[in-house]
Amino acid sequence: MTTAALLPLLVGLPLGAAGLTAPARAGAPWARAVLLGLLGANLAAGIALVVATSGGAVLAEPVGAWPGGIAIPFVADALSSLMLAVTGLLALVCTAFGLMTGPGAARLFPPLVLALLGGVNGALLTADLFNLFVFIEVMLLPSYGLLVLAHRRQGTMRSVSGTRLYVAFNLFVSTVFLAGVALVYGSAGTVNLAELAGAAQESGTVAAAVGVCLAALSMKAAVVPVHGWLARAYPSTSPAVTALFSGLHTKVAIYAIYRIYAVVFDGETRWLWIGVLLFSATMLVGVLGAVGENTMRSILAFHMVSQIGYILLGVALFTPLGLAAGIFYLLHHMIVKASLFLSTGAVEERHGTGALDGIRGVARRDPLLVAAFGVAALSLAGIPPFSGFVAKLTLILAALDAGQVAAAVLAIVVSLLTLLSMIKIWNSLVRRPDEDGEPAGGGGTAVAAPPVPRVGLRLTLPALTLAAVTLGLGLGAELLYGLSATAAAGLLDTSGYVEAVLR
Amino acid sequence: MVLALTIGLLVAGAAYLMLDRSYLRAVLGFLMLGHAVNLLLFASGGIQRRGEPLEGTDPAAAADPLPQAFVLTAIVIAFAITVVMLVLAVTGRAGDDTADRERPAGRSEPVR
Repeated sequence: MTTAALLPLLVGLPLGAAGLTAPARAGAPWARAVLLGLLGANLAAGIALVVATSGGAVLAEPVGAWPGGIAIPFVADALSSLMLAVTGLLALVCTAFGLMTGPGAARLFPPLVLALLGGVNGALLTADLFNLFVFIEVMLLPSYGLLVLAHRRQGTMRSVSGTRLYVAFNLFVSTVFLAGVALVYGSAGTVNLAELAGAAQESGTVAAAVGVCLAALSMKAAVVPVHGWLARAYPSTSPAVTALFSGLHTKVAIYAIYRIYAVVFDGETRWLWIGVLLFSATMLVGVLGAVGENTMRSILAFHMVSQIGYILLGVALFTPLGLAAGIFYLLHHMIVKASLFLSTGAVEERHGTGALDGIRGVARRDPLLVAAFGVAALSLAGIPPFSGFVAKLTLILAALDAGQVAAAVLAIVVSLLTLLSMIKIWNSLVRRPDEDGEPAGGGGTAVAAPPVPRVGLRLTLPALTLAAVTLGLGLGAELLYGLSATAAAGLLDTSGYVEAVLR
Repeated sequence: MVLALTIGLLVAGAAYLMLDRSYLRAVLGFLMLGHAVNLLLFASGGIQRRGEPLEGTDPAAAADPLPQAFVLTAIVIAFAITVVMLVLAVTGRAGDDTADRERPAGRSEPVR
């Protein structure tokens, strides 16, 4: 009870601190200290919540002490706690990287990151559809600011098309989501998730209304056919911001899809084929899109689309094994993807380019960085002993178990293709600069090739940390898989969640 | 009926404007779409009961205050994002049209 009463602080403290740090001068040490301190505390709180809910307990706090059903509740069960802990870890690591590189020098960097964190936490904790909309917007507004900050660091604003696309797309999708919320309220008379429990199974009208919400969330999660925005918008900003967004934004949408389908549809099996179809297509289209790309980050962005297909396949199977595998995959993917974006980002930061033919020879100067990249890349492709292997294996087993043989075969084929384009980046990293008679760094007219900078240990550390985490999760998969299974059980039987909210 | 038609008209106008290549027009389209959804939110609370939702009003005649709160929140958010979009429309060297100048993503100036 006392723990639950602290839940609103996860939203309130970051938002309050955002206001506090807003007037700070650029690079003020105290603002950085507040930023990192709160991110650290946030991670600690996330881990504490995971421990508190690992037995399947559900913490709920009706904000403002209104009675259940009227209050806008904050709820932490096993799934939200795991998400909170991992998003907290990523926010801390990516922000540390951001402070070391470009965007961290901007005056508004600390308040924007803090507001972003508040929005993410709120979206993960809330049990109310309209509140979810609000928190997604709280999360997105600072993101627009971060995107623009990243541009300004590159000297002139060469092009803001990526930001324009991102803002316009998100506003459109949010409006669609809002329309969905209106339809839900009109048909069911409530937007409280717990009161909506099972409503979509009983009434077709409510199912259609919630379907609009789910469609909007799928667009936000970059599910094929609405995935092009991600591949276009993410690589257009600075590496640190890309890494931060990759771990937080689409994943909040995925979390909401898991939650809403489990609670409101109660795992209705009639519609699952739509998910299997769409998410399988997402796996394939994403990985094929990566083939034609020639910069590190755009390859990684397309892979993200592909991996989102895997993650959501878990909810489309809706079996205990499938859900647990999906949740495990989600957590593993967030860590690995951020690690990849950070290691390639460190190279980009020092070399000034992410193009595959401009980054040769990195391996000789920075073996540690390339090792971090290699670990994360192998984990992404699903090679043992990293966490990706456990994630893929359980997901494929779950698909076979549910009779979706085609999806399972596709998952295996797509992993091979993933490995293929990871090798593409790897080759560029390890190739010697003088091969093919091309100078390093692209100094075309220079008499002697300019000295190519080393990335250094400091910039390598964030990516290395996350790579170590994926190795740890691969070797100690039992622990995280157990937690994922608890979270999956909470989705299969939502009575505990509903009771806690309506209490 | 009038409400439904109005929402339909606004959505049609929004779709027309959003498909324009000029970013400013697209922003106007988003504004219209926002209005359409706000009306939809109002409609979701029922449009027969119009009394003010205060103490003293017969509950059977009082309007549902929740959709009104929704709309108020949605207006504020949409307004904030519209301002951001308007700034983006006039910033940058590329002008305000969204035509795609094929520039490889990432910072590729030195190489290309």
